[in-house]
Amino acid sequence: MEKNPVSHGKSVDLPKVEVLARLALSDSGFVFDPVTGNSFTVNGSGLAILRQLQHEADLARIITSLCAEFDIDALSAERDVIEFASLLRNAFK
Amino acid sequence: MKRSGMLTVAITGMNAVPDNPGAGLAVARCLREAYGERLRIVGLGYDALDPGLHRREYCDSAHLISYPGSGADTLFSRLSEIHDTEHIDVLLPCLDAELPLMTRLAPKLAEIGIRSYLPEAEQIARRAKDRLAELARLAGVSSPETLSITHAEFFRDCEKNGWPFPLMVKGVFYDARMATCREDAESAFRAIAAEWGMPVLVQKRIKGEECNLAGVGDGTGALLGEVMMKKRATTSQGKAWAGISIHDEVLADAARRLVAALKWKGPIEVEVMRDAQGVYHLIEINPRFPAWIYLSQGVGRNLPALLLSLALGETPPPLAPPRPGLLFIRYAQETLVPLSSFEALMVEGRSALEHDKA
Repeated sequence: MEKNPVSHGKSVDLPKVEVLARLALSDSGFVFDPVTGNSFTVNGSGLAILRQLQHEADLARIITSLCAEFDIDALSAERDVIEFASLLRNAFK
Repeated sequence: MKRSGMLTVAITGMNAVPDNPGAGLAVARCLREAYGERLRIVGLGYDALDPGLHRREYCDSAHLISYPGSGADTLFSRLSEIHDTEHIDVLLPCLDAELPLMTRLAPKLAEIGIRSYLPEAEQIARRAKDRLAELARLAGVSSPETLSITHAEFFRDCEKNGWPFPLMVKGVFYDARMATCREDAESAFRAIAAEWGMPVLVQKRIKGEECNLAGVGDGTGALLGEVMMKKRATTSQGKAWAGISIHDEVLADAARRLVAALKWKGPIEVEVMRDAQGVYHLIEINPRFPAWIYLSQGVGRNLPALLLSLALGETPPPLAPPRPGLLFIRYAQETLVPLSSFEALMVEGRSALEHDKA
């Protein structure tokens, strides 16, 4: 996991970029991990975050990018990413 | 009968109960797809109800052979008899229990023109379940603690002695059952001891996901053409009912170290549990291809075809790069068998299925 500071002083643990980078992502939201054989589905927001995380580890830049892509303020985007990161941590222990 | 220029391969393990099939039929299917009609496949079975013996698309003829318990001389005599009519080029045994005998017979079979590609008796012994921990240590691979027992009384106090339930109860040759309590364990012990003899093995259970790797050892320490899969659905016996191809270099490296430690020759299946931290724990090594080996054909790494080329002394065909993400889902279906075919197997011990094609 990689620590990343967030705006209100806490930090968020993200799975390693190399772990996320190996995932096969489909536009339908189907996600396949070729190493473990596990698969799961994500919604549109989750897919957008995952695509960001595959090549970007900086949380601030991810949030900026999500705000540009979706009609969402920075605080909500940060909350969504933190919540999603928690799901990812469980999926990639 | 053998036609000119035709290669003839005899394959055992044509049995297939719905939740625990032998690998023979899958091996035959791989070879048929690689060689087409240039290959004659002789199915060898122990029971006239072995379904693979009746599948015309995979077996050109079928013969019953004697059980390994009948001894080497009886089996050699029967194989020689079959060879007289079938002119077998290569024999591919696919069942655990027959491997020690087939290995012993390999030189005699070679003398009459039947080639094989098998491990030595000592190599088979070193990967046996009761010596697996020792091998795992040597290869630097984690493995769960395992104990040989000869009395079901072990389960009376096992929890107090550091062996909490659930435990895996295993036969030396085959069978593995999970026991969640003393009654389960004693029942598994009795069933396994009755079928596979003593000792019975008790193994601490590793929580995680089961992954398997199939490959071929070249006899010098190299592992050729590994194919990996993770079980996605299992039968009540824990056998794969559905699986998906994966590729993990960590698992491949572990398998390479095991094959190198054994200098394994022939087909091999490495069974591991992947725990929540991603660590692989060796639970079994099988001295043959698994029943899911058709997946290897699906991912462009036809391991039975690779094995056959090695047995023939040829350069193995190039293999495709690993291809994770291909699923297999097993299903059961009925094979229709003409009474005459069943009768021939029952009475004569042979059935020339190619005659039925006409």
